[in-house]
Amino acid sequence: MAVLEVEIWRGAGGDGAWRRYTVPHRANQTVLDVVTHVQRHIDPSLAYRFACRVGMCGSCAMTVNGRPRWTCRTHVSQAARKGRLRIGPLRNLPVIRDLAVDTAPFFEKWRDAGARFVPSATPPDAPVRPDEPERAAADAGIECINCAVCYAACDSVAWNPDYPGPAALNRLWTLVNDRRDGDRDGHLEAAGAGCHLCRSHQECADACPTGLNPTAAIAGLKREVFRRTLGGGARGRRR
Amino acid sequence: MKEAWLFAAQRISALVLAPLVLLHLGVILHAVRGGLSAEEILSRTGGSPFWGVVYGLFVLAAAVHAPIGLRAVLREWGRWRGAGLDIAMALFGLLLLVLGLRAVMAVL
Amino acid sequence: MRRGPWWAFLLHRLSGVALAVFLPFHFLVLGLAVERAALDGVLDWTKSPWVKLAEAGLVVLLALHLTGGLRLLLLEFGRWSGRQQSRIALAGGLALLAGFGFLAAAFA
Repeated sequence: MAVLEVEIWRGAGGDGAWRRYTVPHRANQTVLDVVTHVQRHIDPSLAYRFACRVGMCGSCAMTVNGRPRWTCRTHVSQAARKGRLRIGPLRNLPVIRDLAVDTAPFFEKWRDAGARFVPSATPPDAPVRPDEPERAAADAGIECINCAVCYAACDSVAWNPDYPGPAALNRLWTLVNDRRDGDRDGHLEAAGAGCHLCRSHQECADACPTGLNPTAAIAGLKREVFRRTLGGGARGRRR
Repeated sequence: MKEAWLFAAQRISALVLAPLVLLHLGVILHAVRGGLSAEEILSRTGGSPFWGVVYGLFVLAAAVHAPIGLRAVLREWGRWRGAGLDIAMALFGLLLLVLGLRAVMAVL
Repeated sequence: MRRGPWWAFLLHRLSGVALAVFLPFHFLVLGLAVERAALDGVLDWTKSPWVKLAEAGLVVLLALHLTGGLRLLLLEFGRWSGRQQSRIALAGGLALLAGFGFLAAAFA
């Protein structure tokens, strides 16, 4: 029977170590399958998260051979290097235990950036058509499910504790492009407080399992904030 | 919003620097290749308002651009933050401005 | 995962820091030399191989930083996204670097 040599991070908080396990190697095996096997058959004390296991919820995000990924969507055959796997918790977030991280900072930054739709009393003048350039720009970013993979991939998050991160800024960009939103100026103000820490590495775009491009969204924010800065504040005008 | 203004200043000074850098390299190449002597260089630049303005602008743009860039590096990799860093960077910009304009005046 | 854009960022940042460190010295030397009306002596000094090497290095640093900066400006103010801008910037950058390389060789 073929086997896999797997190293899994075990520990709580800042302390821990890599522990080695040998698991059966099967065809069409995902990294989540491997972690599940370890917890069920080798060490029940292993802490990890998953939910849908079909690539829809993002709960199973972990660091696999140095890259943040959805483990249910990561085939061992693609991720393993010479039959070896190293599975750790997501970067840039506090580790609760083993492979489970505390995602609160990720969501707090989202909240603090005001990255949510602000309703207005009056509907827009005309119906919003899906082929309008702004709507297309918004639609390109709305599939985000807040899995924090981009946040884990981002070096700017690692280097700057106050950087909101790619997901929150990506959401802000969808709102800035949403004609129905009632506080475009507020969103740009919030964006301007943090978007400039993006250095356009595009690690987020590379890592996003949904295929979003936060770097492009943040570039858009920089552009609009630039216009607003020089233009002396938004007058509620679109483009 | 401070960061937005710094970003704007950084990008605008970059747009100013780009053509001036190319111009400067062209000038230097011409001077070195042409084997010009000191008198010849200074006779062309001396008292010329054009060169004064061009190089004055060059120095000004560099004095804005370099400190803002360094500030970003020191914040991220040097873990230096706050008013202390901002003051230090402003002083660096001032240093560049003073030394640069002094050099410009010397050739005018 | 560190790919093209990450290395482009690194080169851009390192070349920027190097230029920022060099610039005050450049201004100082220029100002001092001309003030002392010793420009000819300075120009002779610039023919030394070490100085030429340093100047060539400087030109390369400028090319790297200018290219990286233009890539950023295109990314931020141009209306494109995806992989193409990195490839185009790389192609443009190599071209610029080649041009600057010739310039550097001209100093030698």
